[in-house]
Amino acid sequence: MTTVALKPATMAQALTRAMRDAMAVDPTVHVMGEDVGTLGGVFRVTDGLAKEFGEDRCTDTPLAEAGILGTAVGMAMYGLRPVVEMQFDAFAYPAFEQLISHVSRMRNRTRGSMPLPLTIRVPYGGGIGGVEHHSDSSEAYYMATPGLHVVTPATVADAYGLLRAAIASDDPVVFLEPKRLYWSKDTWNPDDPQTVEPIGRAVVRRSGRSATLVTYGPSVPVCLEAAEAARDEGWDLEVVDLRSLVPFDDETVCASVRRTGRAVVVHESGGFGGPGGEIAARVTERCFHHLEAPVLRVAGFDIPYPPPMLERHHLPGVDRILDAVGRLQWEAEG
Amino acid sequence: MTVMEQRGAYRPSPPPAWQPRTDPAPLLPDAAPHRVLGTEAAAETDPALLRRLYAELVRGRRYNAQATALTKQGRLAVYPSSTGQEACEVAAALVLEDRDWLFPSYRDTLAVVARGVDPVQALTLLRGDWHTGYDPREHRVAPLCTPLATQLPHAVGLAHAARLKGDDVVALAMVGDGGTSEGDFHEALNFAAVWQAPVVFLVQNNGFAISVPLAKQTAAPSLAHKAVGYGMPGRLVDGNDAAAVHEVLADAVRHARAGGGPTLVEAITYRVEAHTNADDATRYRGDAEVETWRGHDPIALLEHELTERGLLDEAGVQAARDAAETMAADLRERMNQDPLLDPMDLFAHVYVEPTPQLREQQAQLRAEIQAEREGTH
Repeated sequence: MTTVALKPATMAQALTRAMRDAMAVDPTVHVMGEDVGTLGGVFRVTDGLAKEFGEDRCTDTPLAEAGILGTAVGMAMYGLRPVVEMQFDAFAYPAFEQLISHVSRMRNRTRGSMPLPLTIRVPYGGGIGGVEHHSDSSEAYYMATPGLHVVTPATVADAYGLLRAAIASDDPVVFLEPKRLYWSKDTWNPDDPQTVEPIGRAVVRRSGRSATLVTYGPSVPVCLEAAEAARDEGWDLEVVDLRSLVPFDDETVCASVRRTGRAVVVHESGGFGGPGGEIAARVTERCFHHLEAPVLRVAGFDIPYPPPMLERHHLPGVDRILDAVGRLQWEAEG
Repeated sequence: MTVMEQRGAYRPSPPPAWQPRTDPAPLLPDAAPHRVLGTEAAAETDPALLRRLYAELVRGRRYNAQATALTKQGRLAVYPSSTGQEACEVAAALVLEDRDWLFPSYRDTLAVVARGVDPVQALTLLRGDWHTGYDPREHRVAPLCTPLATQLPHAVGLAHAARLKGDDVVALAMVGDGGTSEGDFHEALNFAAVWQAPVVFLVQNNGFAISVPLAKQTAAPSLAHKAVGYGMPGRLVDGNDAAAVHEVLADAVRHARAGGGPTLVEAITYRVEAHTNADDATRYRGDAEVETWRGHDPIALLEHELTERGLLDEAGVQAARDAAETMAADLRERMNQDPLLDPMDLFAHVYVEPTPQLREQQAQLRAEIQAEREGTH
């Protein structure tokens, strides 16, 4: 048996590879967006695609997000499978009308006769020192729109597997890419044939017995770090990476919380009206008799995303997560 | 930067010397809307086409009248009538080949029906038993679109995709004068021109966006002039002259099919009736203006032309009216039957497969309906 030494790959490279492989096997897959062609995207995630597949398959569009998504809808109506890049989270907002009024409901309003197999890639979240309008966590808006799948990877392997699944999906998928994990590295073999991940499955990233941290995307590595630090406090934390916000994997989350009896939801998005409220409600409704303490949330503050020199105070970090874990009514154990 | 920091040879003009990228003159619309009926050009129009347009106009007006009557009987939630605009509606549908695509706005039910969609299925949205009542792929008619101008980029994308696939397909997208103020109008025209997509944009300038007149909508010389800014030709046409609308649209479709790119057509017409049956047009316009336009009626214009040239007689007029009455009677009868509704359909088409959450909600609704039937609620 020969072992192949795996080279470290970044999440950005895995995403590129996912698009490249999808384009190679399916001629209907088209990548489009601002600067995705010659430049390869501002984050270089579409690097090389225009060169390999031509500008008709990887297209630099005019600078207009509603136009990008609106024309992608028409392309999907004709049987293509567009993969749209929105350059930054906050630059995706002009496309909201197309997203909400058409992308999310075309299948529904035509009784299934006109599905839209569209993938909308959105780099999101903070922690990269970006100036304003470059660090939003916009997932709550997408989650609140029926008809969309909302997916976000936290690992290099998932970036590949989930993006392949998103492109293959006959439903529109909002694919949220954690910007600060673009350059995170992992040993990952792109030639592994079993890397396509089904959408809608959460995964336990770290097993533990004391409490569950429910999280996704950019907060997954932070939670794993917190879990390591918590060992010093005597807590053995489980970390669940949701991967898919819609559909939501109640089963995996609730199985974990029933085991541990305690849960903290962690995300960058603001707490009020954010994903954590929905998750806490779902867990409470389903696991009430297993809970030793109320489900807590560690979220971004309910403020416009702060300027880069202050963002560390806003983003949920290890200490804030451990503080929340400390408030999970451990005295009742006593 | 100071002169001292200047690098390279001094250039008084920007390099390279600036010049317009295209000559705007050929893109400009004519000074007056193009007309055919009542002009010498009419003699060159195919009599069979004129007769077909006439039959469809008569049928279309009857359809509008019947649909408006159905709102009064509570059979339709609302109906935005296109009475007075039938020439645009009918010409837009007839100018296309089977393989082409039509992208209608909510006022374009007539165009949808003239394209071959079943008259009852075309009213599903307005009856309210579902959103789109027809399969868009069957007749290549996109869903009637309510959010203004948002269907225009779809038409561009579809036409672009067809061209990438090497298919000989043109998309015709319909929008009103109010819709030209929307951002999606701008973005669609810009994308279409940059991609040289085979699209024809038909703006029906009927004078009003609900109550707001065109003067409050734009300061452009005409809506057709907007085309020049995108680098595509703009054409002005008398929107009540069915032969002229058909001719201008046919030219634009031919141009697009031949790879010449998009055209913006502004048809000057008038919304003779209120915005919908729920609107009161007397609050924002006078009867005199409406009467002026009634004198320039699309059916009367065409009937006059056909009669003058001996292409239509009393019997021909009667035959067109009889055919329209038959359509109206069928529409009335079928619309007076209650539609079959299945509440479980609410969950059937949200995703390919319902999510676990939707399955739970579906089960909840099923139980509620069961309890309702058993009288336990």
